[in-house]
Order: sequence, then C-alpha cells, then structure tokens
Amino acid sequence: MDEHNKQEEKPGMTRRDVVRGLATVPVLGAVAYGLYKKKSLDHYLKRSISDELGMSAGEPAHPPKSEGREIRIGLIGFGIRGKQLAKALGFAHPSQVEEWRLAAGENKNDYRYVDFKSQEDLNIRITAVCDVFDTYGEMARETAANIHREGPAGPMGEPVKRYATYKELIASPEVDAVVIATPDHWHGPMTIEAARAGKHVYCEKPLTWTVEETYEVRQAVVDSGVVFQLGHQGRQTDAYLKAREAIEKNVLGPINLIEVTTNRNDPNGAWVYDIHKDASPATIDWDQFIGPAPWHDFSLERFFRWRCWWDYSTGLSGDLLTHEYDAINQVLNVGIPHSAISTGGIYFFKDGRTVPDVLTTVFEFPEKNLSLLYSATLSSQMDRGKKVMGHDAYMEMGNTLTIYADPRSTRYAGKIEKGIIKPDMPIYSYVPGRGADTITSATEKYFAGRGLLYTYRGGKRVDTTHLHMKEWLDAIRQGTKPSCDIHSGFEEAMTAHMGTLSYHHKKQVFWDKASEKIIV
Amino acid sequence: MNEHIPLSGRQATWLVLLRVAIGWHFLYEGLVKVFNPSWSPLGYLMDSKGLFAPLFTAMASHPTVLGAVDFLNQWGLVLIGLGLILGVFTRLATAAGMLLLVFYYLSHPPFPGLNYALPSEGSYFFIDKVFIEFLALGVLMVFPTGRIIGLDRLIFGKNHKTL
Repeated sequence: MDEHNKQEEKPGMTRRDVVRGLATVPVLGAVAYGLYKKKSLDHYLKRSISDELGMSAGEPAHPPKSEGREIRIGLIGFGIRGKQLAKALGFAHPSQVEEWRLAAGENKNDYRYVDFKSQEDLNIRITAVCDVFDTYGEMARETAANIHREGPAGPMGEPVKRYATYKELIASPEVDAVVIATPDHWHGPMTIEAARAGKHVYCEKPLTWTVEETYEVRQAVVDSGVVFQLGHQGRQTDAYLKAREAIEKNVLGPINLIEVTTNRNDPNGAWVYDIHKDASPATIDWDQFIGPAPWHDFSLERFFRWRCWWDYSTGLSGDLLTHEYDAINQVLNVGIPHSAISTGGIYFFKDGRTVPDVLTTVFEFPEKNLSLLYSATLSSQMDRGKKVMGHDAYMEMGNTLTIYADPRSTRYAGKIEKGIIKPDMPIYSYVPGRGADTITSATEKYFAGRGLLYTYRGGKRVDTTHLHMKEWLDAIRQGTKPSCDIHSGFEEAMTAHMGTLSYHHKKQVFWDKASEKIIV
Repeated sequence: MNEHIPLSGRQATWLVLLRVAIGWHFLYEGLVKVFNPSWSPLGYLMDSKGLFAPLFTAMASHPTVLGAVDFLNQWGLVLIGLGLILGVFTRLATAAGMLLLVFYYLSHPPFPGLNYALPSEGSYFFIDKVFIEFLALGVLMVFPTGRIIGLDRLIFGKNHKTL
C-alpha cells in the first residue's frame, strides 16, 4: 500500500484531524439502527404469523438405516419403470452405471452417478427376475448381479436366475418379496398370486385394471397378511407431509374445491416410447404379455406403448390421475368419492390409441363438502400445479409447498387488516433442503419457482421412489404398516375406475358405500 | 496513481459521499446475509449465465466450496462496507469491492439473450448497476479520500496537499 510510504507526512494530530478522521462514524450508527428496526419488524411479523399457524419449521426426519435380515427380491417386469425401481433398490445395469459415470465426467452438474453410488444400501438381494422380452430379461439378470454398483469392468456377484413366467418366480423358495412393474392388466393377477404364496408385494400403480379384480386383490392381501405397498412414491415427498400438517392444523379453513392437473407435451409423456431394435415375435413371449387382455395379433406398438390401449392400460385415470388423487388422499384422507363424471377425447395423438389424451374428471365428496377437479392434457406443458382452496388460505403443492392467506379470510381478517399478514406474500412456504419459513423473500420465491433451490436436500438428494421402497422393506422387517397400503390402494383403484367408467359411459357414476359397488 | 492530487472542498465532499454511499450498500448487503441464517448463495450461483457460468455453478455444487463462498462473500461485504464508510484501509477496501463486483458481473452478465430467474428491476444492455458501481469504485481508487475524511487520516496521517 502506498500509505506505508507516507508515514513521514504524519504530523502532530490536531483536533481538526480527529474530527475529520471520525466524521463518518455516525453513519455506522445509522446503518445499525436501520437494520435493528428492520430485523425487529421482520421478527415481529414472522412471530405473529408462525404463532398463528403453529406449523413446524424443520424438515421431516430422514428414516433410520435399514437393518435386520436380508430380503430376497424377485423383479417382475424390467421395462422403463422396472429399471427405475431396480435403481431405487440400489441395482443398475453395468452399462447404465458406466453411462452415468461418463455423463458426470462431462457435466459436473450431472449427479446421477454420485447419487446412485451413495444411495443407502437397503440390505437386499435380487434373487429372481422375469420379463417376457428376452433382452430385458437378460438385462435384469445382469442388473441383479451388479451388487457392487459397478460398470462393465467391475466385479459382479453370482448370476441370478431368470424365470420364464411370473408364476414360477413367485413360487420360488428363493424369493421373499416381489416388485411388480408390468403393464396395468397384470397388476391384479400377479399381486393375488404373490399374496397367496405369502410373498410381500411392491406393485406399481394403479392397483388394478378392472373393478372386479380390485376386491379380490384386497382380499388376497388382507387374508395373507403380506406387506403390500402401492407405488405412489409421492407419499415420501416432504412438501406433501407439510401439506398434511397444514390440513391437520386447519391453516386453510373449510376446503370446498381442489384442482389437480397433468400437463405433458412430448411423445414420451404421451406414452409413445421407443421400440427396441431386438424386439420380435422370436424375442417376446406374446401370449404371456396378452394374459387376461383381449387377444390381438403380435404388435410392437402395443407391446412397447401398451399405455395407449385400454386392452392393457387404465389410461390417464390409472396412470396419472392416480398420482394426483393419492397425493390429495394422503394429505386430506378423502377416501373414495361419492361420484365421478369425466369428459375428454383423443384430440392430439391420433396415432391409433384408444385412451384419451385430454381428460377432465370431477369427483364429488358431499360428506366433506368438497369437489376434486382433475384436468389433464398430453399436448401442453403449461404448469397448472395442485391447488387446494380453503376459505382462509390456499396452498399450492408440488416439490415445494406455498400457502397464501385469502384476502377475504375470516380467520386471518384481523391480521390482514393490521398489515401483519399480506395476502400477496406466502404465510408459509416450504422448500426441500431449505426448511420452512413465513414470508419468503421475492428472490427466494423466484428461485424456488424455477427449481433452483433444491439441487440438494441436506447436502444430498434423495429419490422418493428409493424412500418409498425402503419404507416397504422396513415394514416387512419390522411388521409396520407402509404408507400406501392395500386400503389406500383400494381407494386409489376404485376412484380411478370411476373416472374411467364415467368416460366410457358418458355419464356420472356413483359409489355405493354400503355395498362397495360402483353404480353406473 | 497519485496520492497528491489537490482536491477542492466540494470535490472531496462529493467523493466522500460517494464512498460512504457505496460503503452503506456493501455493509447492508453483508449484514442482511449475516443475520439471515437461511441465506445461501446457492440460488444466485445456480442462476449464473454466460461464459463463466460453469465456474459459478461448480462453486455451488460442492457444499464445502459453497460454504466458503458464502462466508467470504458475507464478511467480505461487511468489511468492505466498514472500510468505505469509516475510511479505514480505504484503498484495500476499494480494491476488494471492485474484485467482488467483477465476480457479480461475470456471474450475471447483462448481455442480450441471457435470461435470469430473478428479473432485474431495470433494463440493462452490457452496462448494469454492478458495472457502474465498479466504475465508481475505480474513481475512488484514483481519488482516495480516506486520509481526508476517514480513519486513515488518524492512522496514516493526513495528506496535506489535498486540502
């Protein structure tokens, strides 16, 4: 610094020097005072609001490590979802691991490899696999043997047996529990078979393909006492757990309307999946694929894009409405609706499919004074979210949770009038990894809205499907109840079937609570 | 740079006002972050755009680095703010402030075609307020006032030729 060379210029200090030297010190006092006043006001506002709401601030606790006996798993179905479930269990094909590793090398923000390698070990073994397509069946075997989560060059475990049929897999004494990730028309029969054989079941949604088999599936699971978990991983989403707390604490007041949506706009989202190059009548057990479905000659489109046909699928109702409904059922315990009415059509994907690509369903819950509106499109990605509208406050549920007071609220009227609660600022917001807060700053709101704030969760991202499967495995070991059990599954399936039946019959359908029947 | 540029009283007054105002801005930005336990530069860094964006997103992707960036930024702002307001180690504070502003500018360059999650309150084309604050500190670098009005006068002695 130049100053050091100027020491010789330092003369005796005069009063004038001291005054000029300290002239700006009072400015500090002004900053400090201003900051103190602002902090006290913020603190007062936050305290006033958080005392009023009584919501917890912390994140839901991470469940303890899975311990106890090793569980032997059989995988049934190794398509898109089957591979994702295997990954959530800690198993991926060596070529997939290699792909993630290379991707991470090229893009530092690609965490798939690190996340997968550091995902908790669930203390399981995959001892049996089964898929009607040979290529997927072999991939499943190689995936199951990849016990060290390595690439192609890494050490592999013992080879795993691939079974020709799901019945043989379920009957195997090597299998304690099965994971079902097949087309919808097989969910029911496979769950029944597994439950009757005393095997625990993790089944993808929806629970069933027909109304009739839904009763049978519930009966089989209840009678056998196996631990059943339906694949609605949204049950593990922190923001939903916070939303449930908000409902329990009556933060929203009376709720009469809920709006949930599906907003997709790409072929993949519309179930137009790639057709594998190795697929042919020689590599696919077509008869077994058809199973309980009506007969149709071999078709690669139908095999890979089965969600587009009612013959194997439950359409938007079973595939996507169920996620939305289950989220609401998880938060509000709405149960099976009193009635359902659906309209829609095949308006964009005129590719020979039979299921609609635009669907609107309205469910009524008169006992709860509540309408649930579901509206779906596969040709627009405009994000309409999940909105729960209460008289006192409304909330938007997603990866984050945001609650705003209603300007005409009865409960908050006093605080709104005093300016403590501002209807245009959230009274509560929850962002995973950042905890909960009242009055989020505008900056944070923007970042959260763009998904920029939850790259981490407590320093580590956690896959909800992993948590959901872990909960199922822990329930098997400890005899506890998983969150999306057979009764929630029954409610989910019947609700979805009501929506579908109304669409088919073009009229409102009703649920008769006493007889547990859908009245068309 | 010359310490001995003669400044008139009015010139010195305006320069000191500029220095104190920029110091106030730095100090307040720093204190707000220091007093907000949930503050994190994560969102800001992840929203970086332009040529240097990979550098800033990389900072955000390592929790330890992110923690260090957060600490240095918060306390850097506070110390620079104190330095400028009090006129203590003024030139060091000025230089450090310029360095921080370079980082802010490079992480969020106001270039056409780059869009940020957080909309700006004005319209900027290459030149934004960060850039102007940087230039203003540049002016203060060549017209230092710490030894006219400021603690530097008591520490290093006044610069007689300037008043």
